[in-house]
Amino acid sequence: MDDALLLLSVHDLTVRFDGRTVLECVEMDLHAGEIVTLIGPNGAGKTTLVRVVLGLMQPDRGKVYRRPGMRIGYMPQRLRVDPVLPITVRRFLLLAGRGVAGRLSEVVEEVGVGHVLDAPLQHISGGEMQRVMLARALLRAPELLVLDEPVQGVDVNGQEELYGLISRIRDRHGCGILMVSHDLHLVMASTDRVVCLNHHVCCSGSPESVTQHPAYRDLFGSSRFAIYTHHHDHLHDLHGDVVRRPAEKRGGRDG
Amino acid sequence: MDDFLIRAFLAGIGVAVVAGPLGAFVVWRRMAYFGDTLSHSGLLGVVLGLMTGIGASAGVLIVALAISLLLVLLQRRQRLASDTLLGIFSHTALSLGLVVIAFMETLRVDLLGYLFGDILAVTRTDLWWVLGGGVLALAVLVALWRPLLAITVHEELARVEGVPVGVVDLVFMLLIALVVAMAMKIVGILLITSLLIIPAATARRFSSSPEQMALLAALIGVLAVAGGLAGSLQWDTPAGPSVVLAAAVLFGISQLVPRSG
Repeated sequence: MDDALLLLSVHDLTVRFDGRTVLECVEMDLHAGEIVTLIGPNGAGKTTLVRVVLGLMQPDRGKVYRRPGMRIGYMPQRLRVDPVLPITVRRFLLLAGRGVAGRLSEVVEEVGVGHVLDAPLQHISGGEMQRVMLARALLRAPELLVLDEPVQGVDVNGQEELYGLISRIRDRHGCGILMVSHDLHLVMASTDRVVCLNHHVCCSGSPESVTQHPAYRDLFGSSRFAIYTHHHDHLHDLHGDVVRRPAEKRGGRDG
Repeated sequence: MDDFLIRAFLAGIGVAVVAGPLGAFVVWRRMAYFGDTLSHSGLLGVVLGLMTGIGASAGVLIVALAISLLLVLLQRRQRLASDTLLGIFSHTALSLGLVVIAFMETLRVDLLGYLFGDILAVTRTDLWWVLGGGVLALAVLVALWRPLLAITVHEELARVEGVPVGVVDLVFMLLIALVVAMAMKIVGILLITSLLIIPAATARRFSSSPEQMALLAALIGVLAVAGGLAGSLQWDTPAGPSVVLAAAVLFGISQLVPRSG
């Protein structure tokens, strides 16, 4: 791809925590208008890679290139605001920076959170929260969008919808998107490239080619849909809120 | 009204107006124990300030700043939970202050006054410290409001969005140190944290925005100071603890009122 479109490039990246190697010799590129999805099991180093990309962490070795002056929109994995802080969704969104107020109504409409704008941030559902965080990232008119598990805590229908929204955002704004996901099946339709990570890059390429790759199959099993199921100690209701798992029910549902 | 009473009220109100909004951040960021640690280091600051001749308030400010910096450094490399670390610092600083006082045979320090406040002994110079420091602290707080709020909600998100988190945090700690130096005379170093926390906690029930909570906290703090001082005159009780009790009574009443929003 044209290097003029190169937004982000990671070369020979190694990160260690207390002598444990979390990332080793990781290579990754991302161009404008491209969606790259990082998948891998829990503890594979996905979030660490995201943190290095964002400049929140320094690698022990390797290089990170970010296009100079690039605006980054970031959607963190979790956002829990203490109930002691009275803050509405609108106020939370306006914290994105100076000069974002003019874009507020446009972004809010695009992401579909207009109905919760004046609700306290702590009172909205898990799915609404994900959209609100996406809106906050978009308010900065980002050239690179970094989404850490954007569908976390959202039910399966909502996940598909959210991934659709993310693709449309790419189409409309032409930004590059780096996304972390547990689950390749749902994200397949809306990603251009997949990087399968387990401390090192196991394999990468188009979603179809990755699912055929032996390294991918070793990690995720070889079922046709290759859904990675992680251990869940709770369930989610239709709003994506966490509900307690009945004691006798084990394994199974992953949502 | 006597001169010393007017000075007491003015100083108390000055401290409350600053402690309210700053206390809101202390409550939102769960930094109550940090405030305690800084205020407990106040006695050491007083002694060092008097020894070196730079004055008690300046001494408090410098010691509080040094402890803030030390805490930031230690928190980065230590594995101890930060409340453990704060507990160690808090009581070490207080004990060190008490021990150093015992060594200073030539230095006469009104220990009880510093520990529990001596608002009726507020001098003209003290009053200028409180008012000048108060205006400065409020101006800085207003300037830092948005970045500070952004860090409070999600630190890493704020960092990615370009907020200089390290600088903002350091200035915030400085502001707390400033309030400690201001409030020492009013309620004493052992009770300062209550002026930060109780009005803010009381304001929460009646607030639907951060700014509203900050302003209400300032107002509730002023009420507590006025009520506490009036009670102290009426029943001849110690002024500092009376102010804290007045704040606690307001908090108790606020919990009885049904929530508005």
